[in-house]
Amino acid sequence: MNRMALPDPATLADAVSRRDRLALAQALNLLDDRRPAARQCAAAFLDALPAEKLEAGGHLIGITGPPGAGKSSLTAALIQVWRQRGLKVAILAVDPSSPISGGALLGDRLRMHASGADREVFIRSLACRGEFGGLSAEVWPMSLAMLAAFDIVLVETVGVGQKEIDVSKMTDTTCFVAQPASGDSIQFLKAGIMEIPHVIVVNKEDIGMAARKTLSELKTTLGRRTDVDGWQAPALSASAALGSGIEALADALDQHRRWLLERGQFTTRRRRCQAEWLVKHLREEFGRYGINQLGSEEVLFAELASAPRRSPIAAYEELRARILTHR
Amino acid sequence: MTTPVKRDKPWLMRTYSGHSSAKASNELYRTNLSKGQTGLSVAFDLPTQTGYDSDHPLARGEVGKVGVPIGHIGDMETLFDQIPLGQMNTSMTINATAAWLLSLYVAAAERQGASPAQLQGTTQNDILKEYLSRGTYIFPPQPSVRLITDIIAYTVKHIPKWNPTNICSYHLQEAGATPTQELAYALSTAIAILDAVRNSGQIGADGFEQVVGRISFFVNAGIRFIEETCKMRAFGEMWDQLAQERYGAQSEEMRRFRYGVQVNSLGLTEAQPENNVQRIVLEMLGVSLSKNARARAIQLPAWNEALGLPRPWDQQWALRMQQVLAFETDLLEYGDIFDGSPVIAAKVKSLIDGATAEMARVQEQGGMVQAIESGYVKRQLVTSHTDRMRAIERGDLKIVGLNCYRETEVSPLTGGVDSGIMKVDPRAEREQIERLNAFRAQRNATEVKAALANLAETARSGANIMPASILCAHAGVTTGEWSQTLRDIFGEYRAPTGIDIPANDDSRGAKAVAIRSEVVKTGNELGRPLRLLIGKPGLDGHSNGAEQIAVKGRDVGFEIVYEGIRLTPEQIAKAALEEGVHLIGLSVLSGSHVEMVEDVFNHLDKAGLKHLPVVIGGIIPESDAQLLKERGISAVYTPKDIDMNGIMVDILNLIRKSHDLSPVSVA
Repeated sequence: MNRMALPDPATLADAVSRRDRLALAQALNLLDDRRPAARQCAAAFLDALPAEKLEAGGHLIGITGPPGAGKSSLTAALIQVWRQRGLKVAILAVDPSSPISGGALLGDRLRMHASGADREVFIRSLACRGEFGGLSAEVWPMSLAMLAAFDIVLVETVGVGQKEIDVSKMTDTTCFVAQPASGDSIQFLKAGIMEIPHVIVVNKEDIGMAARKTLSELKTTLGRRTDVDGWQAPALSASAALGSGIEALADALDQHRRWLLERGQFTTRRRRCQAEWLVKHLREEFGRYGINQLGSEEVLFAELASAPRRSPIAAYEELRARILTHR
Repeated sequence: MTTPVKRDKPWLMRTYSGHSSAKASNELYRTNLSKGQTGLSVAFDLPTQTGYDSDHPLARGEVGKVGVPIGHIGDMETLFDQIPLGQMNTSMTINATAAWLLSLYVAAAERQGASPAQLQGTTQNDILKEYLSRGTYIFPPQPSVRLITDIIAYTVKHIPKWNPTNICSYHLQEAGATPTQELAYALSTAIAILDAVRNSGQIGADGFEQVVGRISFFVNAGIRFIEETCKMRAFGEMWDQLAQERYGAQSEEMRRFRYGVQVNSLGLTEAQPENNVQRIVLEMLGVSLSKNARARAIQLPAWNEALGLPRPWDQQWALRMQQVLAFETDLLEYGDIFDGSPVIAAKVKSLIDGATAEMARVQEQGGMVQAIESGYVKRQLVTSHTDRMRAIERGDLKIVGLNCYRETEVSPLTGGVDSGIMKVDPRAEREQIERLNAFRAQRNATEVKAALANLAETARSGANIMPASILCAHAGVTTGEWSQTLRDIFGEYRAPTGIDIPANDDSRGAKAVAIRSEVVKTGNELGRPLRLLIGKPGLDGHSNGAEQIAVKGRDVGFEIVYEGIRLTPEQIAKAALEEGVHLIGLSVLSGSHVEMVEDVFNHLDKAGLKHLPVVIGGIIPESDAQLLKERGISAVYTPKDIDMNGIMVDILNLIRKSHDLSPVSVA
């Protein structure tokens, strides 16, 4: 592989939508590539992906929660359920990187080992590389590439509290995994500093009392509150170790997808995800000053909501150019 | 004429051995016994240890390599042909499948006409340490503790002279543990096991002292032999107190700290390997000088362990070292020569204090099982080992021939046609599979099915696993069938890798900063951060090397994908593709590197990753290193390569080369 050789975008997009595993791997590498020529190629690649899959296909799920809550083992259990249901699954696992070296140990594959040699499961780990909150800037473009090929795309991130739950803004459905016997998540919810996820699950119900107590506290806290769209989040309990409650969790996640579809909000939400990514990305690069160059966040969101569909990279480059040239 | 002096009885002398097939190992055992060895120590191959039949895909390349393959009762009978089990003392290094191998042993003994009550020996049966070192676990911790418990409860009742578990601090030291950590984690493991036996209700309160009395230990002895002597005295004191206070053992005999030893392999070097002879002898002193803390059984490694598998002559040399110490020197003529020494007493006390504090930290987390599951203990060990490796690299920890006094004459010991090591006959695997198929063909399928159904029922019900397993042994069940039945019920487990430790001071040093800057630059040239996949193919669970490379790689700025031990070549290729890595580093210590590399390349080829550079580390003889390079391996690292920074620069340049970039040098 020559270092300068970039793939043909259309051919690559075609191969990815046929779920060619090597092509998807190359596409993810391309979306990770920061060189200007690669960025152009990546934009063209994303534009060449089938629009209906990106706007209305598959199910993009975010799973988040504090370290040690068991997100990866829960993900492993979900993968098994989805595979039994005949769904093809791609995972983006975001791991924190070392603040000193910039290097990272990407350990989620180990914790999700259930995937074994199954060719209909594709896992890519990402280091959050110390930027973009608990997320990685590549998550959104990479999610799109995966949506073109897989039925379920799941993004796993570490986090609790406002900043790290940003994953909820870039997925169709967000699942928060609460740690039993830790009141943190409940406090965050109560105080309103954490947005309400679409599904809350208390993992480790096998430990008994503590998990039941956390679940009932969560149910009390949630009460009949709904999110901005009017969805009322269910609180479930499960155990990755025993494999219990996993089917119900998969059902609850899918219920939210169908709810969005029935209300005609699915595509709107996907578009909103891209807008959120663009705004967040701009804020990272230019701060509030840069955003204000383009009006305000509200103005920008309104503009993006009605703009024609285009690849996130191309859209970003255009907004960026507008800020830099004060247009 | 002097009157003969009264001498103490020497310890049991063993050599850890087994290879190729039951028949070949039987011949080796009978030769060793005729040379004055007083007990047997059986080394099983990795498929047997991890519960696979020889024809399982995961067993490829591993059959008969690090030990003997035992697939069924026929193999067990062959292994002990003409060795009367009623009189032998046999130690079996077996853990996850200990209940099964003990069942085969009991059944084979019964067929020889010996009763279980006569049998003497040891099953290692410390599955907890397998999660921390060595890695031959199968099931999650809870069912593993249950299996250990069942063996203890069964043997105390039916095989009273058996040592049902050897709580191991040995492998903790191999994984990097300090003496304090060895004491703390071994004793914490003993607590976890004894508590589990007590809570199982299988043994009444009046019989519990017998259980305490049957617990034995398997320890390590390193080169710092004064400290090791003190460690053994500390073990004795702490165990005595624990047995009395926590478990109410009254009789002094039942509280005695009984242990066997294999001396340290971690410190043996590939460079100037003849120096290992004096290391082994000095290490033996640490567990024999102090009469009150003397080992019950000793097995010594061979001088050439870091090069490859030892030959019978190498093992004979190791046995002769023990015999010279026991029979030529005056060691066994005296009482304890350290009693009353204030220097020794102070060192013992400081070890006890440190270990007591660490044990308290483990108990605070809920005990050893929880501290393993959370990754705490493994992280402590990886940290200690990282410190050790860095100290060797800096030259603060001196190892003669490795990081000082390196100039050497050509060694005549490694010059022979066999390069001074043994090669397992490559036909061994195929022949073993043929025998397995023949055995399967002649057994009664109905009986086998019934025995396995009974085993499954027992596993689910929580009743003691041993009687059902012994029935399986007689019925002709295979190692793979027994294990798969329990896998289906107990599930399988992946242990924490422990590599998620904070960066240490060296990673802020000038050298690391310089490498990091080059890693970032190359990442920028290639468009994205550099990624390495560290893969351990095969059944071998010795993960020190992989862990150290992973931590070091992270510290110099690589993104590291490491999935732990026991991956198939197919899984490694899959991960390489999905993760978009720039280079793969393999680690293999079981001797199956040639087969593993072939399989990995085949799968990479199929995945379309033919051009991805692959390096390998492990115990790899020079002739094999050449062969591997011809097959396409970019670099081979062995234990003599201690310059971790140098390895990182190598890896960086291999990535650059594969992208047609010129190499960089880091001052």
